Amino acid sequence: MSLLQVRDLKTYFYTDAGVVRAVDGVSYDLKEGETLGLVGESGCGKSVSALSILRLIANPPGKIVGGEIFFEGKDLLKISEKEIRNIRGNHIAMIFQEPMTSLNPVLTIGLQIGEALELHRNMNKKEAREEILRLLRMVGIPDPERRIGDYPHQFSGGMRQRVMIAMALSCNPKLLIADEPTTAVDVTIQAQLLEVVKELTSRLGTAVMLITHNLGVVARHVNRMAVMYAGRIIEQGPAAEVYAHPWHPYTIGLLASVPRLDKPRKERLVPIDGQPPNLILLPPGCSFMPRCSYRMEICSKERPELRPVGDGHFTACWANMER
Amino acid sequence: MANDILIEIKNLSMYFPITKGIIRQQKIAEVKAVDGVNFFIRKGETLGLVGESGCGKTTLGRCLLQLIRPTSGEVYFEGVDLCTMASDHLRSIRQRMQIIFQDPFDSLDPRMTAGEIVAEPLRVHTRIRGRELREKIAELLKIVGLDPSMTERYPHQFSGGQRQRLGIARALAIRPSFIVCDEPISALDVSIQAQIINLLEDLQGEFDLTYLFIAHDLSVVRHISHRVAVMYLGKIVEVANRDALYRVAKHPYTIALLSAVPIPDPIVEASRERIILRGEIPSPIALPPGCNFHPRCPIGVEICQKEIPSLREIEEGHWVACHLA
Ligand SMILES: Nc1ncnc2c1ncn2[C@@H]1O[C@H](COP(=O)(O)OP(=O)(O)OP(=O)(O)O)[C@@H](O)[C@H]1O
Ligand SMILES: Nc1ncnc2c1ncn2[C@@H]1O[C@H](COP(=O)(O)OP(=O)(O)OP(=O)(O)O)[C@@H](O)[C@H]1O
Ligand code: SF4
Ligand SMILES: [Mg+2]
Ligand SMILES: [Mg+2]
Repeated sequence: MSLLQVRDLKTYFYTDAGVVRAVDGVSYDLKEGETLGLVGESGCGKSVSALSILRLIANPPGKIVGGEIFFEGKDLLKISEKEIRNIRGNHIAMIFQEPMTSLNPVLTIGLQIGEALELHRNMNKKEAREEILRLLRMVGIPDPERRIGDYPHQFSGGMRQRVMIAMALSCNPKLLIADEPTTAVDVTIQAQLLEVVKELTSRLGTAVMLITHNLGVVARHVNRMAVMYAGRIIEQGPAAEVYAHPWHPYTIGLLASVPRLDKPRKERLVPIDGQPPNLILLPPGCSFMPRCSYRMEICSKERPELRPVGDGHFTACWANMER
Repeated sequence: MANDILIEIKNLSMYFPITKGIIRQQKIAEVKAVDGVNFFIRKGETLGLVGESGCGKTTLGRCLLQLIRPTSGEVYFEGVDLCTMASDHLRSIRQRMQIIFQDPFDSLDPRMTAGEIVAEPLRVHTRIRGRELREKIAELLKIVGLDPSMTERYPHQFSGGQRQRLGIARALAIRPSFIVCDEPISALDVSIQAQIINLLEDLQGEFDLTYLFIAHDLSVVRHISHRVAVMYLGKIVEVANRDALYRVAKHPYTIALLSAVPIPDPIVEASRERIILRGEIPSPIALPPGCNFHPRCPIGVEICQKEIPSLREIEEGHWVACHLA
């Protein structure tokens, strides 16, 4: 059985301008030891779907309006507030997208990690200090003995990100949700950090949900990937398969818009035409339709559901692509 | 100074004190965030700046705009040294220099709506008001790919990438001549990255804009930059024209960086050789003697542990700080 099963998750925000359908019927599975890459348009609901797992959606204006989230067989949407708090940090750890807002500005780095350790692993002060130093070293913070007393604003963006990773790993989670964990570090450190995470998956069988815009990182580090657009998963499958045979026009456009270092430099990049969707006013039918060059009549009438197009490869698109 | 040069910095250093004790703060050490940096940027040029996290890129960008006053050194903007300029004088020059911040949450006032945030520089520096202002805001939001219907939203109601675009719209509002782009696109999806890069390039062509473009994504940096500078622990270790740097990088750190860039193709990735750097990253508080990179350098020799390599021009326009280059 999968460690995590998300079924038809819907999370909406009720704003003055209307209902923002940030996550609108998302389903996926995550097995022990597996790494799932989640990519997609900025603002398409990746972070909100991750935060929904931990029930960290501020209500109001947000609300999880439907679906089920089974973690080790338990529906996280049905358990008590106390139970979910126990799961956060102990069994499911999250690396948040914005390290500055998730670190407490008035506490030193050492105290923040220490708090997590004392809370979740019942360590005394001295043990905790040793463990903090080990964790900081593991994520490549130089000179941790001296930096342990620093405040978050004294760290660079990438160093804060590494502190977040150290905190997330401190409790040996069963599921790690990493939301853009390495945007602020150089590629040598990025490789090192992702190795640390990989080591965790093989040593403890931790499952990882890796949310990122970096298609290179996805290519290197994930087993399976899901592509989101306007609150829904529109393509899903083994990473190698999706890169080799992207089916959904959005995925095709995404892969075509990255500059690649292994190819000659292009004079101009090719973004996907058109404006990102307005989640309050989605068109009927396929949400990508206004920007799609493959669109047909049915696309504006009926919403395409995920259907199999290859081995473990699913897409939500009406078009039939040449393979 | 050649007159096509917009910005030149000389021997710029920024040391942050590390203090102990709350009441009588005692300085116990220094972080040498930027340590004797020299470079120039031509008018209408994009200088890419890459390097290790924590090597001082943001600090350098902030020193250029005098958002923090550097410990020592000179920053010339059109031949005038900003470091010795009084604060009230700086205001008028700042109008022409903008920054797109790395952490958009840090820099957007949570109590202001998106519209107010973008309008602020226009209110401070121009006379645009009323309907014209509203139209201008809508236009700026559209330029960065945000829906004008989002004008009344507050920062926390946007996704990470949407907030970043808000910061870009704000920086573009008053048509500056120089922009420090501090990782402006790392939070965006690749299609919007491509849009913003095309946009920055178009604006550059149209208004002769000059950019310092800080980023970790070396493929994006190759795309947008005319020249690229590589920084390591507070120092520039290599500067060259884009093509020279990507074709014949000379500094072992640059070479390792280029080899570690993940390629968006699982098949290519599976068969790629990478240079894995070992060794500890030295602390900017206690820099090693000799070359800052020697504890991790795969090719270092004895002299590297003793002497600091200076930045030398080894071919025209290609500067490297390595004893073995
Ligand atoms: N509090 C809120 N009120 C209204 N809308 C919100 C709120 N929080 C998020 N949203 C909207 O929900 C949508 C999904 O946001 P989310 O943060 O999940 O995007 P994302 O896919 O993580 O994007 P990014 O890649 O930019 O981080 C966005 O369009 C955003 O504007
Ligand atoms: N206010 C401060 N007080 C003390 N140290 C500081 C302060 N601001 C920055 N530093 C230190 O200066 C060094 C350079 O920081 P900076 O933010 O410039 O790095 P960066 O190259 O932008 O890194 P990143 O790629 O992670 O954003 C780091 O070691 C950082 O901890
Ligand atoms: S369903 Fe139609 S509009 Fe949507 S992506 Fe496929 S072809 Fe394009
Ligand atoms: Mg997000
Ligand atoms: Mg920075």
